[in-house]
Amino acid sequence: MSDTLRPTDSQSPQPVQPLLARIKRRSFFMYAGATAGATALALAGCSKDETTPSSAATNVSFGTGDASVLNYAYALEQLEAAFYAKVAALTTSPLLAAEVPYFAKLATHEAIHRDFLRTAINRDFGGTIIPDLTPKFDSIDFTKRVKAATDTKLGILDAAKAFEDLGVAAYNGAAKLFKGSVYLGIAGQIVSVEARHAAYVRDLITPGSFATNEGTDVLGFDRQLTPTAVFAIAQTFVEQKLDASTIGQ
Amino acid sequence: MNFFNIIDLLAEADPDVLDRFSSRRAVFNSLGTVAQRAALATSPLFLGALFQKAYAGTASLPTDILNYALTLELLEADFYRQFLAAGQIPAGAAFDAITVIKTHEDAHVAYLHDAVIKAGGTPVTGSSTAGIRFNPSLLPATYADQLKYAQVLEDTGVRAYKGRAAELIGTDLLTPVLQIHSIEARHAAHIRTMRGQQPWVSIGDDLAADANYKAAYTSGVASSTRTTVALGGTTYGIPAFNPAQPSPQESNLQQGAAGTKLALLITTGIGSTTYLPDDAAAAFDEPLQAAEVLDSSRAGGLLA
Repeated sequence: MSDTLRPTDSQSPQPVQPLLARIKRRSFFMYAGATAGATALALAGCSKDETTPSSAATNVSFGTGDASVLNYAYALEQLEAAFYAKVAALTTSPLLAAEVPYFAKLATHEAIHRDFLRTAINRDFGGTIIPDLTPKFDSIDFTKRVKAATDTKLGILDAAKAFEDLGVAAYNGAAKLFKGSVYLGIAGQIVSVEARHAAYVRDLITPGSFATNEGTDVLGFDRQLTPTAVFAIAQTFVEQKLDASTIGQ
Repeated sequence: MNFFNIIDLLAEADPDVLDRFSSRRAVFNSLGTVAQRAALATSPLFLGALFQKAYAGTASLPTDILNYALTLELLEADFYRQFLAAGQIPAGAAFDAITVIKTHEDAHVAYLHDAVIKAGGTPVTGSSTAGIRFNPSLLPATYADQLKYAQVLEDTGVRAYKGRAAELIGTDLLTPVLQIHSIEARHAAHIRTMRGQQPWVSIGDDLAADANYKAAYTSGVASSTRTTVALGGTTYGIPAFNPAQPSPQESNLQQGAAGTKLALLITTGIGSTTYLPDDAAAAFDEPLQAAEVLDSSRAGGLLA
């Protein structure tokens, strides 16, 4: 086994990932079978709580050009849609009665965004679509409406606010990465709906906080973040490793 | 000079370039024989004419776009000034929210004013007595009706920014303008909540059926069209309204037309799930052209 391919520690299996990113899983195992030590290498890259080699080493690459920016949006919409679908499916919801139908709307809007982007990417950039992401919501307590000061996990509203604010900042920051006006226009049509969602959820947590500045926010201006900064936050909620390095290149 | 290399280079910088020429085939067919094509394609005169035609209508200067945005922000800021001064807003959360929104509109005015100057233009101006301002005679007497105007102005503002963002591709202005755009959407959502409406635009909105406000939800231009706007002490250009392609109405169910590909029908065309028209419409906000926004049936009709 080559030292250069060995993971440096159990928390950072990145050196293995480029291997898998470039070849399909089936061809990887054919390759692994023919290469002494490669299987052991793949297993060494797994952290303890992951049961299959593939889940540990899956690195999601987003490609380049407008397809990469659309796939970036598609990744975030997948996460949002999965989160709200889980909220909508709760048999006992901690949300207030008046909030439940609105959260059902949020779930539908995000599912529409996800399905629309998937369809548009497949139509206009065939073969570039990213895989279905596996959400990881273990930092969210779905029995809590809002987290208490002593809670370590997010409540449903806290998570919704995080997702919506992040989505707005992501679309705002990604706009300049588009090369064509068609997709910039579509992103603009989606981001203002995300901002409406964000304002609604924020008002539920703290009435009147629909556009309140936090941290380094500039008065009257929403946030904008690079894909790298967005994934630094979104990664918490996804099993696969998200690679922002080529988005918009 | 190689015509085809130029096209390739242009396509790299502007993927829509081939759409700008009515179509690639039409361009080449219009050139006649192979020999004529070769001769013509090396002619600077031919290329100049071709590109001038292809890029006509997208020639607004950044200062034009900024002055257009500044016009709307001045209108909003002055509306909120009058709204607060009228003394009808309940004290507490409602008054605080309108005050917050007013400070945002003032911040937008200040930013855009400076941006026009930095871009080498003359900013439009407005005050409580002159220039761009909300027509005081249109301010309704009651809080509930005043709040309707706030909703129309905010929803229209969101549509207006959306309608022109693409013209800022490749400039440093795109991102800050979009950061304003999504703040306007947050305002719109909050005003709608204050009015007991859904935070997003939906087919069942009360104002969508209200004759006085209906225009903000539909599209097109009722009065005469124009390509220059003389307001607030200066004149700026806006793109000519294309009557054949009015902006989609907010109830639009189709999205994503690209090149020669038709838009997808959101209700049944994007997968195995069928979506209700109300959700399909609400999930996407729609743009408005500048001529539509400034038309007398919409924001233009609210100017003093």
